[in-house]
Amino acid sequence: MSAAELPPFQTFLDEHRRPVLGFLRAMVGPNDAEDCFQETFLAALRAYPRAEGRNLRAWVLTIARRKAIDHHRARARRPEPVAEPPAVESDESRDGLGGGEAWARVAELSAGQQAALALRFAADLPYREIGAALGTSEAAARRRVHDGLEALREWLGTTTKEDL
Amino acid sequence: MSTQTSFNALERDLRAGLDKAGDDAGAITSRLAERAAGEGLLDVAYATADTPVGPMLIAATPRGLVRAAFPGEEPDDVLAELAREVSPRVLESPAELDPVRRELDEYFEQRRRSFDLPLDWRLSHGFRREALRALVRIPYGETVTYSELATSAGSPRAHRAAGSACGSNPIPIVVPCHRVVRTGGGLGGYGGGIEVKEYLLGLEGVSTE
Repeated sequence: MSAAELPPFQTFLDEHRRPVLGFLRAMVGPNDAEDCFQETFLAALRAYPRAEGRNLRAWVLTIARRKAIDHHRARARRPEPVAEPPAVESDESRDGLGGGEAWARVAELSAGQQAALALRFAADLPYREIGAALGTSEAAARRRVHDGLEALREWLGTTTKEDL
Repeated sequence: MSTQTSFNALERDLRAGLDKAGDDAGAITSRLAERAAGEGLLDVAYATADTPVGPMLIAATPRGLVRAAFPGEEPDDVLAELAREVSPRVLESPAELDPVRRELDEYFEQRRRSFDLPLDWRLSHGFRREALRALVRIPYGETVTYSELATSAGSPRAHRAAGSACGSNPIPIVVPCHRVVRTGGGLGGYGGGIEVKEYLLGLEGVSTE
């Protein structure tokens, strides 16, 4: 058996299920995360025979990231109910995360920073894997997470946070 | 306050989300498997069948039952074999294997004497496949010798090859290699262990002394 041989898809799913779901919860909120998760792994299943030799975790997270972007685009195209401002809806859908306000703010960062923070604090990945998933170096991934936190801190206002 | 402090508070807020990241793996997988089957992407579905001889891993392709493995076989090895020999699109999907589990249950409860399951023969080749196909015609409760099996597979002198065909049977029980015994009356070998062969023959009412 060669090292590059693909594991059975079920093994692949079991290995990456948790970080992908955590990542998607942070990217699209807990309510829509499972749908995006299904879309992600269905797309992965479709392309799986061609994934041989790839870094499978980075590969599936790239798909997940694309599905999160698709989700946001589809949502932006959908007409919003007049009485419901988008900001409120996004806060509500992120309540399940606990750090609701923080994640709602993460959604307003640059796409790259948002993904980096989600990979770091929701998928709980080391910087090396974050770099692989974002197609960048470990150092660049570390920097992006740091910059994201920095932007968040400014946004949330240092006074209230530091009083905690 | 230092920058570090507020970073830590932020990280704590963000990580708080992880506590809720517990998920129902079974539900997620079965929903995925269902959609995969609907789109024709479920190349190999597998499940565990609980039987009196222990838990058996059973696997099917859209063509039919392709593999059954006794408890002695390492499930990870069997799944890796399926990924390599059939397709890496291997997913656990008990629903897809319901008919197989039902027929196995009935067999072990002595309510079924032959299986009505489509079979996928792709894991055996050449003479072995011929021998295994010939095996399916041996009726419940009857035995043949290895040379008789070789004869009915079209190669009377290939009794050794018939023996190794039985040894390599990817779908034991359903393809009844337990019904093949030695010429002198000995039981011969069995992939699932000789006590399993004895049990199956006993179940079918064959005296094994």
